[in-house]
Amino acid sequence: MLKCRTVWKKLAPLARASSTVCRQNVRRAGLTNGRIPIRVPTAHMSTGPAGGGGDNLKYALLVGLAGIGGLTYAVKTLRGDQKRYEERIAEIESRPHKATKGPVTDVQTAAPAAEASETDAVPEPELEAAPSPEEPSPPAENAAPDAEAVAHDAEAAPSSKTTEPPPADEPVVEASPEEAAAPAAVPVVEEAAEPVVEAPVDTTAPAAEPVVEEAHEPVVEASPVEAAPPAAIPVVEEELPPPTEPSPAELSEPEPAPTLVEESVTLTEPAAAAEPPATAPPEPQSEVVAESAVDSTPASAKVPSHAPYLLIGGGTASFAAARSIRARDPGAKVLIVTDEPDLPYMRPPLSKELWFSDDPSVTETLRFKQWNGKERSIYFQPPSFYIKPEDFDSAENGGVAVLTCRKVVHMDVRGNKVKLDDNIEISYDKCLVATGGIPRNLQVIERAGEEVKKRTTLFRKIEDFKSLEKVSRNINSITIIGGGFLGSELACALGRRSTESGLEVIQMFPEKGNMGKVLPEYLSNWTTEKVKREGVKVITESLVKSVTYKDDKLEIHLKDGRLVKTDHIVAAVGLEPNIDLAKSAGLEVDSDFGGYRVNAELQARSNIWVAGDAACFYDIRLGRRRVEHHDHAVVSGRLAGENMTGANKPYWHQSMFWSDLGPDVGYEAIGIVDSSLPTVGVFAKATAKDTPKAATEQSGTGIRSESETEDTATSPVASATPPPVVEHKDDYGKGVIFYLRDKVVVGIILWNVFNRMPIARKIIKDGEEHADLNEVAKLFNIHED
Amino acid sequence: MSSVREEGKDTIIFVTKEDHETPSSAELVDEDPNDPYEERGLILPSGEINWNCPCLGGMASGPCGTEFKDAFSCFHYSKEEVKGSDCLEQFRTMQECLQRYPELYPQEEETSSSQTSQDFASAEPSGLNSTAASEQDPDTTLPSTESSAES
Repeated sequence: MLKCRTVWKKLAPLARASSTVCRQNVRRAGLTNGRIPIRVPTAHMSTGPAGGGGDNLKYALLVGLAGIGGLTYAVKTLRGDQKRYEERIAEIESRPHKATKGPVTDVQTAAPAAEASETDAVPEPELEAAPSPEEPSPPAENAAPDAEAVAHDAEAAPSSKTTEPPPADEPVVEASPEEAAAPAAVPVVEEAAEPVVEAPVDTTAPAAEPVVEEAHEPVVEASPVEAAPPAAIPVVEEELPPPTEPSPAELSEPEPAPTLVEESVTLTEPAAAAEPPATAPPEPQSEVVAESAVDSTPASAKVPSHAPYLLIGGGTASFAAARSIRARDPGAKVLIVTDEPDLPYMRPPLSKELWFSDDPSVTETLRFKQWNGKERSIYFQPPSFYIKPEDFDSAENGGVAVLTCRKVVHMDVRGNKVKLDDNIEISYDKCLVATGGIPRNLQVIERAGEEVKKRTTLFRKIEDFKSLEKVSRNINSITIIGGGFLGSELACALGRRSTESGLEVIQMFPEKGNMGKVLPEYLSNWTTEKVKREGVKVITESLVKSVTYKDDKLEIHLKDGRLVKTDHIVAAVGLEPNIDLAKSAGLEVDSDFGGYRVNAELQARSNIWVAGDAACFYDIRLGRRRVEHHDHAVVSGRLAGENMTGANKPYWHQSMFWSDLGPDVGYEAIGIVDSSLPTVGVFAKATAKDTPKAATEQSGTGIRSESETEDTATSPVASATPPPVVEHKDDYGKGVIFYLRDKVVVGIILWNVFNRMPIARKIIKDGEEHADLNEVAKLFNIHED
Repeated sequence: MSSVREEGKDTIIFVTKEDHETPSSAELVDEDPNDPYEERGLILPSGEINWNCPCLGGMASGPCGTEFKDAFSCFHYSKEEVKGSDCLEQFRTMQECLQRYPELYPQEEETSSSQTSQDFASAEPSGLNSTAASEQDPDTTLPSTESSAES
């Protein structure tokens, strides 16, 4: 930094001189009084057309000095970085490490050793100044050392693919020339150099070895040769692209550097690397590098330091976005960061199909049979679909990598980077926040003490399914608190089991009937009867006052005085959207619906989109809302992916949802389906053909929403019992229910009527006032199959 | 005869088959074929392939996405008598890639790649006017490829 200042001081007089010349030219061009507007001041960086010979000389001097100054600076920085890198390696060396890659590293250490000794020939005095430029103040300066560090370190130590077993001779050889050190700057930039080096260098994965070795062969060969500047430059450029993407473009910009390169052979690498500092360096890279904290674990070696597309959260929305991005941006590199240990999977089967599986090992395989007989896993794709994080940077055609068990704890929007819970930083170009939510819990349970909490399940993830499945086999009585989608579906699933195992299944909720907030009252009551028929003891209009643990039983005290004794509780009382990142990222949170507030294009801020359960978005047709359904996650994830690749489309394709309560009752719905709205229901009598089972058999698809869009898995409830007889004494066999807001249809439920969603979608999209909804209902042909 | 019942704010109408036999008088807004917001089918109005079409499953986004795109693009723009006959090289490359990921693209579905070209041939003429939903039919092999991939 001090050096920079001195250099500038040297150059300043010349700068002033040339600027004076420029100003004079400007006056001559009549810019100030606008007399001759044709002489546009585009070329006034230089002396311009009116410049004389003297001006040219001054300019040439200025440029030349700048070039030399830059070159000198670059070399110093390189030395300093190299030295710090050695120290870092030495430090790591002193720690116990795992198996080394013997032959590979030997081959490659020979070359760098030779090269290192050559570069030692670089004038020593430069070393003194080397540490000082390292002070990581302006990003501009940082990017330079980092870019160079990458180039140099990558070349000098290609075998340091892993920080764990660096070759022993390397640090020794390279440590020797470096004496002067800036201790303060050392740890910062050194560690900085590390992830940077690792990024292009591909770390522990043996699979990556052939790729990496290929990339390094030219390095190894070029370095001993050393007298081939052109060879070195392409090598450097090869190494540079991964961590500093814009830099290759910039490499071509500065003119003085290439000319100076040829002047000195030993300075080829620094010269090539000097190009970035002369231009505007990529900021994300520099900041990641400058600020990354100590990452001493081997695991850190696997984490890419930059992801062009970073998706926070590994659920349905994230996967849909990843797919969308990959489809639209050829060769895109997408990194998904999830705090779960699992690859992206779909949630609906966790409360439906998986419970009806005959396979006793279903909790391990997580496979389920769809109604059309086709079996599939709840995972969207098998592991081979994804690329490993360690291969992320080198993947030629890009790919999707998933980092599991990592939580993003901090988001720096200005710096375009995030920090994980292990302090690793990842920078991004575009980011999607698809963090979903966590299940809400009842206050009374939170306050009830450990014994109660231990026996309470908040159901959302695979692990919750596994533990509940296990628990349900070993207890006598289970209570589900909550009467919405999840609660009712779980109650029906467990109720089905109760017939075999004698498990008592109780469901309680404050509403008057199941799905009380969704279905109009008459339908909610009808549905509750169906749920009861599945073997569930439904307690309606019940508010939990307190829960205690007594005599090895949980006692649920209701406000009206009733007491329910049970062994285990499942709380299905809603989802709390995960907005942990709002504060650090400075993202707006919606107070009405919760979640991150985004616009119609799902964008929160520049380069940040939000999709799925956590997104409170503006629906052009229906107004601002937040939707917690599977298909919405797919649709919004896909849309976010499209917009991240430049589409700028608003949320327009209305997502749908569905639920099945028992084999007789299934419905699909779209739009705003709120029981507080006035409704018009048009019903026909149901026949045996109008069940969810029949719907999928007929359409030949296994999945309800697959017949709509793409492959997401759920199918109606699989019944282990023989095909049930549909009772006809109820009136509401099948039909269409319209939800109205100001006389406009904003929501539609297709009750036991299937494969008509496109019509429903169209009606909502039109947003028209229809005088007679019976006429609209005719469009659905509810009497037909 | 249809019956109407009011329960508070909710209206319940029961209709027989005959009630619904007469054509509907409800008016729907005409569709704009060039609506930029609409979900597109396999072929965009410009004639290009919509790689993000749900009907393609994950073919364009998976590990063999690039090969798939090359093969299908070649096929799409092929002007030969037998469409795609000049694209054998690309299809072969794609086939090789698919074989590298048997878990994702099961080998018993090998015919799917040759079927794929037939499916796309049939999908194309209809692609212009159809929405994503209707694209399911010609491409059932693709979703099945994926959905049975895990078996």
